[in-house]
Amino acid sequence: MSRALPPPESCDSIPKLLLHNAATRGPRPAIREKDFGIWQNWTWADVLGEVRALACGLAALGLGRGDKLAIIGDNRPQLYWSMVAAQAIGAIPVPMYQDAVANELQYVLDHAEARFAVAEDQEQVDKLLEIKDRCPRLETIVFDDSRGMRNYGQAFLKGFDAVQQAGHDYDAANPGFFDNAVAAAKGADIAIMLYTSGTTGQPKGVMLTFDNVIISARNTMAWDNLSDADDIVAYLPMAWVGDNVFSMGQSYVCGFCVNCPESSATVMQDIREIGPTYFFAPPAIFENILTQVMIRMEDAGAIKRRMFHYFMSVARRVGSAILDGRPAALGDRLLYWLGNILVFAPLRNTLGFSRVRLAYTAGEAIGPEIFDFYRSLGMNLKQLYGQTEATVFITMHADGDIKADTVGPPGPGIELRIDDSGEVLYRSPGVFHGYYKNPEATSETKTADGWVHTGDAGIIDSDGHLKIIDRAKDVGRLNDGAVFAPKYLENKLKFYPHIKEVVAFGDGRDNAGCMICIDVEAVGSWAERRGIAYASYQELAAHPEVYDLIESEIAEVNRDLAKDAQLASSQIHRFLLLHKELDADDGELTRTRKVRRRFIADKYDAVIAALYSTADQAHIETEVTYEDGRKGTTQADLVIRRAAIMAGPAALDLAS
Amino acid sequence: MAVVEAAAADKILGDVLLKVDAVSLSFGGVKALAEVSFDVREQEILAIIGPNGAGKSSMLNVINGFYHPQVGEITYKGVTRRKMKPHDAASQGIARTFQNIALFRGMTTLDNIMTGRNLKMRRGLLWQALHWGPARDEEIAHREFVEHVIDFLEIQDIRRTPVGRLPYGLQKRVELGRALAAEPDLLLLDEPMAGMNVEEKEDMCRFILDVNEEFGTTIALIEHDMGVVMDISDRVVVLDYGRKIADGSPDQVRANQGVIDAYLGVSHD
Repeated sequence: MSRALPPPESCDSIPKLLLHNAATRGPRPAIREKDFGIWQNWTWADVLGEVRALACGLAALGLGRGDKLAIIGDNRPQLYWSMVAAQAIGAIPVPMYQDAVANELQYVLDHAEARFAVAEDQEQVDKLLEIKDRCPRLETIVFDDSRGMRNYGQAFLKGFDAVQQAGHDYDAANPGFFDNAVAAAKGADIAIMLYTSGTTGQPKGVMLTFDNVIISARNTMAWDNLSDADDIVAYLPMAWVGDNVFSMGQSYVCGFCVNCPESSATVMQDIREIGPTYFFAPPAIFENILTQVMIRMEDAGAIKRRMFHYFMSVARRVGSAILDGRPAALGDRLLYWLGNILVFAPLRNTLGFSRVRLAYTAGEAIGPEIFDFYRSLGMNLKQLYGQTEATVFITMHADGDIKADTVGPPGPGIELRIDDSGEVLYRSPGVFHGYYKNPEATSETKTADGWVHTGDAGIIDSDGHLKIIDRAKDVGRLNDGAVFAPKYLENKLKFYPHIKEVVAFGDGRDNAGCMICIDVEAVGSWAERRGIAYASYQELAAHPEVYDLIESEIAEVNRDLAKDAQLASSQIHRFLLLHKELDADDGELTRTRKVRRRFIADKYDAVIAALYSTADQAHIETEVTYEDGRKGTTQADLVIRRAAIMAGPAALDLAS
Repeated sequence: MAVVEAAAADKILGDVLLKVDAVSLSFGGVKALAEVSFDVREQEILAIIGPNGAGKSSMLNVINGFYHPQVGEITYKGVTRRKMKPHDAASQGIARTFQNIALFRGMTTLDNIMTGRNLKMRRGLLWQALHWGPARDEEIAHREFVEHVIDFLEIQDIRRTPVGRLPYGLQKRVELGRALAAEPDLLLLDEPMAGMNVEEKEDMCRFILDVNEEFGTTIALIEHDMGVVMDISDRVVVLDYGRKIADGSPDQVRANQGVIDAYLGVSHD
């Protein structure tokens, strides 16, 4: 198929790819945006015209080689063009998160030394105006949507159309300027700077070269058979590396069309209208969609509901096998075929996934049940693991080689290793150039021979798939020397709806133990169905039947852990259910609901000691902060239980 | 925001668009309005305020042609008249929203706003039903205008949602959309922010200011929330017991002793 051919090697920058696409697939759609209720379409030839006018206009305003152009707003064609226009004249685009508050923007603008900014609308312009005094380098702000801007008289504010108009004049007066500027770029030039939010300290500006972006895109084009017949919906922030690689790198390399939603509130409807063939979403979105499906099915009529549940059980049994081309019984295949007509295909259509050929999820661990749900529906959902410094790709599932609890083998052209501390390192064509104005951080992250520290701890399983288990700094060791990754255990347990929070211990101890907070709504409704009476969280959490429930779930997790030689010794030996929820007001969680391990270790010192003694109870007295700020103490005797420990694979080997 | 306020202060007001001259209105023995006179100037935002029962809604209904005053005259666009039907008011470019939302609850946002274009449609019922030829072209043109309104009010996500299922604040926005679809010269808003939370009020203020700025639409509004009124109006008319007790810029009105008394409740002899 000719259209799946990669572009020639000489196209080593995004603007060169634009020229190539305009020449070879000029009339094909490059980007769409839903506006005024209609999908507006720009072909590759149109995009070249827009970018050319804008690039010349920005040059006329004084944007030059090496200058930074900050970009802020939702996914809009004009903002994507701004990136390419900047690249065309040798400037470096710096997309920023559109929901960042003014002060956060100030740091990035200041650090990046941006002279120019392109803002989507009045809202973003107002934020920039608020901090403009504190960002002396910022000279010119270009705005796209002129609504509400009528009375903004400042001379440094320029309308997008006016800049393009000036660009036409500049282009006419300086023929050859644009083409020469585009030709001057090399693959090793910085293509883009992306600021990573970073859990600690100030954000860092990751510099990626054209080679990083384009070679990564070329490699993945072959890996996933991407072509210019694909369609994606660009709805994730432009400042995120993924959007850059999918909506810019891959789109320009493969020539496929990027679709911009009408507004952030209409994304789901827009996805349905476009029917993307290639789709990306973080786990939370897949989780939300699944929840909505389940809620709507509960409201459906009895026949539909039974049909749904019946065929979903068929799908769970054989759906993934059929999708992966593994053997399945003929009867099951027939049932699946029938289910596809009656349930799966209409459901995929309702969700807008009818044409999805390829879907990825990344960013966090996805619950295996959620992952399997989509795969069994016949949607080719895969996981990938990546980071900004890698130009996204580190590991990714290949078609037909999918495991719900791994993030796949290393992607094309990527080397992977795990060092002695358990940290994952990679080396690839996508490895970033460096952090902007921060050589110390660069050398800490990137070794002299090009390996990059991810900061994540992982293990490689027998199929060569990577499993991310925790942040490297949180990983410890059990006394027998085995790696202990608390977050891996906690996530595994938290996939059960009855468990809200878990804190696992094991570093420097003989075995693993954990404290669990039940999810009061899920367990509450479970208790209601069983006629278990309770008056408070504390009473519910202390109920023996609730303990039985959680114990059985821990046993399942242990059974799973036992399958993996490297994780078998992390099985949970003893656990208890806390009498209160962990709460940010009590300092136990961060505001983003992450467990504050050290604080909890201090606060629950006595309880943890009991967990590792032979006692079957722990007495606890804790201070709680009420919503109105008053403080009080609660006390309780918490029951400690043993969990079932399963035989590990090593033990099985011995037995056989 | 600061920029907008500064601009509003310098705004040069146009000619008189509507002149209310000594209008009195009574229902049996109840005098709703007594010799009220004021003008609305082109491109201004005029607020009519007053305590409950001051005659604010009656005033709007008089302008709109829904009530006919027993005494007094109204001059709109240079034409003086005492009686006008709401239908005539609408066709002459007066659109309004209502205190108690008056939308077609079973219809979608899009269809509701389309009804605002009704008076602009030239083709008859039969043509429209056939949806063919010129009628189709006409509908496409109207739909395009309506889509601009939807875009302006940022309600794309509820385009196909039946209005009855929307929260109150959004219904108010749809109602404003329907009024805007008529491309009015004078927009009457009857308590556009009643029953809204702070965020919804801020949004609504933004829209009112934007309508005024972008389309140059003259706006007369009734509002209870004094903070809102003072922020967005160019001029304020204060009614109390059917009488006009003050008329001027927000600052002048705020300092007016009569207004303070009316709001704090001084006994009337």
